[in-house]
Amino acid sequence: MKPAPFAYLRPSTLEEALAALAGEQGAKVLAGGQSLVPLLSMRLAAPSMLIDINALPDLGHVTCDEAGVRVGALARHAHVLASTEAAAAQPLVAMALANVAHPTIRNRGTTVGSIVHADAAAEMPMVLRLLEGSVDVASVRGRRTIPAAELFAGPLESTLAHDEIAVEAFFPALAPRAGVAFQEISRRHGDYALVGVAALVELEGDEVVRARLGYLSVSDVPVVVDVSGSLADPAGAALAELEPVDDIHATADYRAHLVRVLTPRVLAAATDHARQRMNA
Amino acid sequence: MSEQIHDVRLHVNGSVHEVRVPARRLLSDALRHDCGLTGTHVGCEHGVCGACTVLVDGAPMRSCLMLAVSAVDAEITTVEGLTEDDGTPQGRLSPVQQAFSDCHGLQCGFCTPGFLTTITAGLEENPDPTEDEAREMIAGNLCRCTGYQNIVKSVLRAAEINAEADAKSKADAGQERA
Repeated sequence: MKPAPFAYLRPSTLEEALAALAGEQGAKVLAGGQSLVPLLSMRLAAPSMLIDINALPDLGHVTCDEAGVRVGALARHAHVLASTEAAAAQPLVAMALANVAHPTIRNRGTTVGSIVHADAAAEMPMVLRLLEGSVDVASVRGRRTIPAAELFAGPLESTLAHDEIAVEAFFPALAPRAGVAFQEISRRHGDYALVGVAALVELEGDEVVRARLGYLSVSDVPVVVDVSGSLADPAGAALAELEPVDDIHATADYRAHLVRVLTPRVLAAATDHARQRMNA
Repeated sequence: MSEQIHDVRLHVNGSVHEVRVPARRLLSDALRHDCGLTGTHVGCEHGVCGACTVLVDGAPMRSCLMLAVSAVDAEITTVEGLTEDDGTPQGRLSPVQQAFSDCHGLQCGFCTPGFLTTITAGLEENPDPTEDEAREMIAGNLCRCTGYQNIVKSVLRAAEINAEADAKSKADAGQERA
């Protein structure tokens, strides 16, 4: 067996899960497990206990209203991606999800799990950050909402306290005069991106009045840059705030190059998207 | 402290397997070692290669990225469960299996179980894929024989076999009515 031994609990209520988590310092929460199980198998993580939340009721929802899209902790990526309502309310969610790993992984992995796993190379943390969404977390001490801007502390590190379980993510709806786009470069489709960029633009008339860009896999946390005031050279403005990192997959220079290539493309695509929506 | 052993009831290919496993037993290992179903192959054991793909409630998932204890409520189909019952002990090859045989899609055969399960589910969703869609369908599975051509052909051939079977059953039903 590859993982180190751990105790295992499969609670049937959230209260039971939260009490167990509060009572065991070394416990981790298991939802889809598509990031956690490889970490266990490579023994990069060795929790004393796994609390499997797959049997908890009422966490598999994907609900949409005028405000936006709410995704429960057990909603699989595939389920969120298949929701035409979610794609209509906030198109960037589906655009990005189509780039999350392969369909087989998306069948098991959860969107909320991916967000709180806080991988800077993952799509959904950056998307949540760009859209200024939030995550609802629960613990024996009560519930709170963490805005995405306060969620990512460092590589693979969220600001959830040890005893908290993320129960829902909220993606705000796309405003009527706004558009979004997403592109990433990876060595193979479905692999981790070397660089991924998303854009959110707002128009007044035909003019872009607000433009924000989200970057994944460039720095060690997802980064959002407001380029509303620097539309002449948005990539330059972004690179002033990004700190591209070297790793086995790409050099920092190559990442900076991809930022310069992808930024104008994604910005143009988001602007087109906004215009299409206004004319529709 | 000795490790806790869990009694787990797995539903695999329509049969119930009662197994006693530690929580850290991966589903892939439980299928192979505890259920004796060695058709599911393990390659990379961290979710990249796709050889261990099984159907969980009909959807392809990596069995190396699931714990056996977490699979209790699921109906699992392995490559052994794809074969259709025709009264003989070995059964009849499913359309996807037949297509792999027809098109030499197996090659060395190691990655084949993961391809078969993935394609079986993929054709349910998209019964008539283009060649590009066939490639997309298998994009999450690796073959180290370095040849995907025959596997792509097998996807298209399986779709053809399914379509022929559909046409035949419609014609048979028509004949019965006549």
